[in-house]
Formats: sequence, structure tokens, C-alpha cells
Amino acid sequence: MFRRLISLLGIGVFVLLWWTGVHFSRTHILPTPLASLNALKELSRKGLLFRYSIASLYRVTWGYLSAVVLGVPLGLLLGSSRRLRIAFNPYLQILRPISPLAWIPISILWFGVGDVSAIFIIFVASFLPITVSAMNAVANVSQVHIDVARNMGLSTRAMLLRVLLPSALPQLIVGLRIALGIAWLVVVAAEMIAVNSGLGFLIIDARNAGNRYDVVVAGMMTIGALGLLLDQGMRRIDRIPWLKAREMGLS
Amino acid sequence: MSENIKVSVRDVAMTFRRDGKELSVLENVNLDVRAGEFVCLLGPSGCGKSTLLNIIAGFLRPSMGSVQIDGQPVSKPDPRRIFVFQERGVFPWLTVTGNIGFGLQNLERSERDARVSHYIEMVGLRGFENSYPHELSGGMKQRVEVARAMAMNPDVLFLDEPFGALDSITRLVMRRELLRLWEAEKKTILFVTHDIEESVQLADRVVVMSTRPATLRSIVEIDVPHPRDFSAPRYLELRDAILAEIGLAHQI
Repeated sequence: MFRRLISLLGIGVFVLLWWTGVHFSRTHILPTPLASLNALKELSRKGLLFRYSIASLYRVTWGYLSAVVLGVPLGLLLGSSRRLRIAFNPYLQILRPISPLAWIPISILWFGVGDVSAIFIIFVASFLPITVSAMNAVANVSQVHIDVARNMGLSTRAMLLRVLLPSALPQLIVGLRIALGIAWLVVVAAEMIAVNSGLGFLIIDARNAGNRYDVVVAGMMTIGALGLLLDQGMRRIDRIPWLKAREMGLS
Repeated sequence: MSENIKVSVRDVAMTFRRDGKELSVLENVNLDVRAGEFVCLLGPSGCGKSTLLNIIAGFLRPSMGSVQIDGQPVSKPDPRRIFVFQERGVFPWLTVTGNIGFGLQNLERSERDARVSHYIEMVGLRGFENSYPHELSGGMKQRVEVARAMAMNPDVLFLDEPFGALDSITRLVMRRELLRLWEAEKKTILFVTHDIEESVQLADRVVVMSTRPATLRSIVEIDVPHPRDFSAPRYLELRDAILAEIGLAHQI
């Protein structure tokens, strides 16, 4: 109750500062909180808010899911073999510092302007962190656990499904959560360039079509809210009972 | 006697290479263990007794020599011979039931449930079937380890300082339980420890190992029937003999 009060107070102070800043600077460009809220209502009434949100979520879903489907097995494979790790790690490390946005020109070249292009960018953005975290998660699996399973005569397949995967899961989930955050950051940027729908497009379009900064801020608010919801959803997975063992350092 | 030799270690030597240097850990180890025998490998920390146990269990290959179990050379771990790690071998993502039944996937469900239930009862974890390891104490986790190993119904159990991390009271209780299980099921047991009292309390024979490179210094037959009285003259005599063998006086 007290916590809730404090955070409500925090939001109140923020809105007040925002309003004061806009009011006293006599800017005609930046919107007040109320103007942004009205823009949000307007977007919602026109159905754009829902349509663009769905468009963005659709791209994130496909880009992110294909990265999970390819990145997790690849990471598990690399993590379970020291030789493969030594062979492929340099590529991962070189690709990692390249911003996913740097892939936009190539993506447009390959897939043209459209959904596939944006999905590809999101795939690129989430694939590397997912692969690397799956790889590290498996590489960190306790040797004792592996030895127990070897002793019991587990097949390679059973070893993967019954020991490596569950043991790596806590660390993997953290990686998946971070990657989803990155995917959501990147979809906005990808939509500014590669497509003409979605929340990123909404923002850039509102600016281009007559400096509608109230709409820009409304778009930002929507992106923030949806990103928060996605992260909350991922956090739910974190509540598997035995994951607490890790937190207590008793793995 | 030779017909019921279970484990036979012949001329085993082990050298590790680290930073280009060769480190000799085991030298010229010869040992026979009879079926159903309880043997303790006793030596100071880091002397190579764990290495020897890992070689016998098939986790490591010796640099020289060989190990045979039931007349067959050992080249890898085998479900008929289970290694009991310290409590950190328990899988944190499985409940007590899941852990103990882990190696029994090939059994019929009813058979598996029956066995798991039998060993849960035996190690006194009734009521904790659905608990996760992080909800258990160190001693309980160690019992899960032992129960998981026993549920595999192995001929041989390898235990590597299994009770080292436990408090002294729990350790005594665990020793008694292990002896009870051993007497009930007549497994062959190889037990690594650095604790002289522990070895004299448990073993039929204590194999005393020297410091690195470890070799077998002597084998002491503990001819005291179970249950053993820690203050019986024969018990103390054997304990002091081992102390003397290691080069320690029994005074501090």
C-alpha cells in the first residue's frame, strides 16, 4: 500500500514537471501530458493504436520466435562441445558488437521494403544474444550433474533433454528475457525505415506529416507500456519453483 | 577367495599434465576388493584417493595399468556401479521423487514408483517426496543422493567423501544408515575418506594411502563386528595403528 502510494506520487511529480516544463517554455512543438493523452485517445478511436500495436507485435513475434527456434538449439550444441565453441565463438563475438540496425540496408536489399525485412532485423537482433546465452548456460552446467547422468547410462538425447536443458534453463530464461527486450527496442527502429505500419512507423510518420509531437509521444507511451507487459510476461516464467535454488546459491 | 573378487586394480598409475609439467598423482596401485566388501580408501586431502575412485568408476582413464570389475576391463561409467557424489550431485530441478527415480526411466511406472517409495522410506524422507532440494538440509540432500544410487540397484557403490560437508551429528547418523543399507543389500562399497575414525567405524578393510604421488601404504583389516563400539579396546587399537601408520601420535 505504502509502496503503491510512493510510486503514484512519483508518477504525479513526473507529470507535473513535464507539464510545467512545456507550459513555461511556451513551446508549440512539445505536447503537454494532456495533449499526449488526447492523441492517444484519437489514435485509439481511429483504430490505429490497435492496428499498429498488432503490427509491431506480429513482427516481434515472428522475428523473436524464429531466433529462439534456431538460436536455442545452436547455443545448446555450441555449449555442449568445447571444440565447436572454440571454432564458432569468434564469429559470435565479431557479430555481437554490430548493431542490428546496421543490417537494415542489407535486409531491404534481400527482402525489400515490408514485413519480412523488419522481421529479419528483429531476428538478427535477438538471435545472437539468445545463442550466446544458451551456449554459456550449457557450458556452465555442473560437471557433477553430467557425471551423474553418464553414470546412469543416459543417451545423448536424454542427456540433453533431462540434464543439460533443465540445468541451463534458469540462465537461458534470463537470456531470452533480455533478447525480447532488445527485439522490442529494435522493432521500432526497423519500422521507421523498412515498413509503413507499426508503432515505429507511427512515430516517424507523425513527425513527417506535420510535426504531430503529441502523436509521437502517444506512440512512445504505447511502446513503453507494451514493452513493460512483454517483460512482465517473461518474468512469470521465472517463477518455476526450483529456480529459487539458484537465487539462494544452492545450485 | 579369488573366485569372488569383484574389483581388481592392477598397476594403476596416473599422471596429469598441467602447464607442460607432469604431475604424478598415483603410482603402482594394486588392490582387490571382494564382492560385498566395504573398503575405505583413507588418505590426506589431495593425495589422489578421489582420482583412484574416479578411475575405478570409469570416469578417468589411468595413464598406466588397468581396472577390472567382474573380470571385465572398465572403460566408462556403468549403471551397475553407481558413484555417490557429495550433496551437490542432486538435481535442483527435480523433486526428491524425481531425483531418486531419475535413473529408472526404463522401468514400468508402477515398478519405478514402488522402488522410489521403498528408498524414500529407507532413507527417512517420507513426507518430503515433493520437496525440491533447496527446501532440504544438507543431510537430507545427501540421503537423496544415497537413495538415488541405491534405487539403481547397483552391485557396487562408490562414495567420495559423501558425508564431508555434514555436521558431526548428521555424519554419524548417515554412517549408521549406510551400514544398515549395506547390511540389508550386501553391495560392494568403496568409500573415500580422510577421516580415520570414519574409516574404522565403517570398513571391513582400510586402505591407507600415502601423500602424492599416492601409493598404497598398508591395508588394515578391521576385525570388529558391527555394531562397533567406539571405545572397545580392539577398535582403539586399530585406530591407533592407522594413526601411527600415517605418522601421527594420538595426542594433541
